[in-house]
Amino acid sequence: MTDRARDGEFDDWLDAIAEDEPYYIECSNGHGWLPPRRVCPECGSRELAREPLPEAGEIATHTTVQVATPQFEDDAPYVTAIADFGPVSVTGLVRGVEPDAVAVGTVVGIEIGERATTGERAVVFRPR
Amino acid sequence: MTAPRVAGAGVTQFGSHPERTGRDLFAEAGLAALDQSGVPAADVEALYYGNFMGELAEHQGHQGPLMAEMVGVDAPATRFEAACASAGAAIREAVRAVRSGEADVIMVGGAERMTNIGTAGATDALSIAADDLYEIRAGMTFPGAYALMARAYFEEYGGTREDLAEIAVKNHEHALVNDHAQLRKEISVEDALEAPMVAEPLGLYDACPITDGAAAAILTSESYAEEHGLDAPVRVSGTGQGGDNLALQDRAHYAQTPAADKAAEEAYADAGIDADAVDVAEVHDCFTIAEVLALESLSLFERGEAITAARDGTTTRHGDLPVNLSGGLKAKGHPVGATGVAQLATISWVLDGSHPRADAVPDATVGVAHNAGGTVASTTVHVLEVER
Repeated sequence: MTDRARDGEFDDWLDAIAEDEPYYIECSNGHGWLPPRRVCPECGSRELAREPLPEAGEIATHTTVQVATPQFEDDAPYVTAIADFGPVSVTGLVRGVEPDAVAVGTVVGIEIGERATTGERAVVFRPR
Repeated sequence: MTAPRVAGAGVTQFGSHPERTGRDLFAEAGLAALDQSGVPAADVEALYYGNFMGELAEHQGHQGPLMAEMVGVDAPATRFEAACASAGAAIREAVRAVRSGEADVIMVGGAERMTNIGTAGATDALSIAADDLYEIRAGMTFPGAYALMARAYFEEYGGTREDLAEIAVKNHEHALVNDHAQLRKEISVEDALEAPMVAEPLGLYDACPITDGAAAAILTSESYAEEHGLDAPVRVSGTGQGGDNLALQDRAHYAQTPAADKAAEEAYADAGIDADAVDVAEVHDCFTIAEVLALESLSLFERGEAITAARDGTTTRHGDLPVNLSGGLKAKGHPVGATGVAQLATISWVLDGSHPRADAVPDATVGVAHNAGGTVASTTVHVLEVER
């Protein structure tokens, strides 16, 4: 996988999380998104700017995946969650907590981890 | 503008047929639809065909002309792709083409070959209906996505795994007499609760099976049906389609499906009916929770109330509003690119009295078919009606 071309702004975004400077894209009307965006799908604004992602998010919903795709075979079972960071919500793997202890409302931080199966980068949430 | 007639439909046995090619599956369904309709292949002016994972499962793109050839139709053929709503999207375009007067006869259909790539392969192929960068790379699977929605539903409205199990039990019971169904086996709530977890809180019996199969139907204009003396009493009186952000994380709701709200609202208005006119429904229950979300988006139940509809009997074949008399995706099976047309076929056969479960709704005049793609970023809703 190392010879795969970068996925532009998505990989830039992962780099920023790894450097502890995560951000999101905000339009002039305050709608939040993740890159790449050239237009706000909510209001049509093309005035978009990078804003710092709030440091803490709250788990909005989560699942423990037992039956994985081949790309996550060695990761299973693992927890995938959507965390609400205020202006944006982000999907990631929850680590550093037993799956049974993950709950809606758990406060998490965002970081970059590796998939056990492929070694590729992944968004990781860890309870704060 | 006249409502297109369903002149005939054909559905293969749904199931695990790993050795059967997609083209052979579709040929069977398409020829059966032609035979039932009495329409000669030479009169078909176009094939609108749904398929989702043909490239991954069979290394076969460009399936439209291939499938037309397999059913002996010499006409333009186009493949529609909207994940599991591919065939619903094909129906919608066919309805519009017939209504506009541009076509008198269109074959709609879909096919999917899935079991030949195994459970892991099919899980992988299905997952690509989600956002690759932001969801798949965070471990989201198709069951995982619906598990996230189920958890959100439980948090917002309440509900339990037992409630979901009742939906699986109902749909399995409905499928018992359906010769096309993949799972003709009665199950209990206990069976469902004790089944292995797939993505918590969804277990194996909350999920539809992986299915090979095809479905086709012949839609004609009213004037063609009359001129050719077709026995085609069922008409498609309303069509609607809704969209949403692809990734669940970008949605306004995780416990609602706004794309289906929009599709239903449009389809009802198009048909000139209200939700309370609906007598019977086939909805996209790829997972048990999906049936709940569908029924609420269709305004057949208030928000938070469809979760108990199977448990209290309302949506069983003995209830006031039978849902998924075919067995649904859950028990009939879900060859994803074919599902929308299989639903159309079911409702058509229920309304003309020829479906083995038609006796559940002997006076029904209005049926609705709800077909959803991905985590419901695409939805089509079609209203079918018959005079009695």
